[in-house]
Amino acid sequence: MSDQIPATKAEWQRATITEIVRQTPRVVSFFLQPSQPFAYRPGQHVDVRLSAPDGYQAQRSYSIASTPEQGEIIELAIERLEDGEVSAFFHEVATIGDEIELRGPIGGHFIWTVEDGAPILLIGGGSGVAPLISMVRHRAAQQSLAPILLLYSARTSDELIFHDELQMFNQSGNGFDLVLTLTREPSSQESDYTRRIDPAMILDVLARMPSQPKEVFVCGSNAFVNAAADALIGADVPAAIIRTERYGV
Amino acid sequence: MTTRGFTGRRQPPEIKDRIPPGQTLTDDFPVLSAGPTPRVRTEDWSFTLKDGPKPLIKWNWVEFNALPQTKFTRDIHCVTAWSKLDTPWQGVLIDDIFAEAGIEPPTEFALAHSFDGYATNVPVKDLTGGKAMIATFYNGQPLTADHGGPARLLVPHLYFWKSAKWINGLQFTTRDEPGFWELRGYHIYGDPWREQRYTGD
Repeated sequence: MSDQIPATKAEWQRATITEIVRQTPRVVSFFLQPSQPFAYRPGQHVDVRLSAPDGYQAQRSYSIASTPEQGEIIELAIERLEDGEVSAFFHEVATIGDEIELRGPIGGHFIWTVEDGAPILLIGGGSGVAPLISMVRHRAAQQSLAPILLLYSARTSDELIFHDELQMFNQSGNGFDLVLTLTREPSSQESDYTRRIDPAMILDVLARMPSQPKEVFVCGSNAFVNAAADALIGADVPAAIIRTERYGV
Repeated sequence: MTTRGFTGRRQPPEIKDRIPPGQTLTDDFPVLSAGPTPRVRTEDWSFTLKDGPKPLIKWNWVEFNALPQTKFTRDIHCVTAWSKLDTPWQGVLIDDIFAEAGIEPPTEFALAHSFDGYATNVPVKDLTGGKAMIATFYNGQPLTADHGGPARLLVPHLYFWKSAKWINGLQFTTRDEPGFWELRGYHIYGDPWREQRYTGD
């Protein structure tokens, strides 16, 4: 697998906001042109740093939602957190042309490329879909037919990030399978389920796959990741093939 | 550079000196892990001290809990940029583990190993002198699985990925051998005060 990236130093650098796209009521995509463009792999993240006039700094990690094939500009899908410090800046202050600092790519474990093989099961909760859409976009850009199933959980259909794009991939019928669940809509035409991820749902999606997944990637809050990972283990998926990314603060 | 329009929050002045560069204070206790949370039963738990491949001594859960207990309260710092102050822990100091085993550390380096296959490297001098423990209690309660229970390494003066969750042994190594995250772009030592987050920092 894509383990053990070469030891290179990721320096802080300036990046310019080139485009801002609202995705959902709480999530906005920021497109950033790094002053020193870098190669990255789907699933990696960047650290972002903001500096106040008196030298005070705040930094956060954001998964890259774009895929390297899209070019030098990277996309970060940033959720407005209640009481957020950095996310408040992005949502309320940042405009096109602004410069921020970032460094990357970071992370050598939560990575998938088509060379790593398939089938792959992706499980995302809320904004945890960001590193997973990078993998899905990468697969499409590579014109790969690798079987991938994305199980994506959001609160409501309004909060599904990249919804139209995912539906488009899903309708292309080339091995990408999308399963949606909405946890705060009592019933929905748009989703397969209307409940939190549970063992029965995990058994269903495993049965939809052409064969047992080679790797599973789970990203979301800690509670979400634990629920999905415990259900996977309950369904006899080996712990060693389950990679997790938990959104901390 | 200054970010246009960013003012940010300041840390309260009385704790400012306790927050390393680039870190933000949190009152929560975020959970991070590369894989599923293993549920290790205490009856299946053991802790082995090894010199290279050679086991030196092994304790089961009951035996380990009979070792001298120490409480300490420390500030902790995660590489994902949160810091948490005054976290109260209880467990067995690494000094006491070595004393009970009747050994002097045979090498200068160690790898901590975990039930889920995780490993992380820590120099022996960072484990001794009252600096580190195998923690089994947090805030007066048995350590939960999310936070590494039944037992985790606690090396609070280094970034928290060094404090291996679900620990099952310490292995002396002749060289400073990189562990799981150290092989995947993270710093070999991980001092938060020198902001050693990633390779080359």
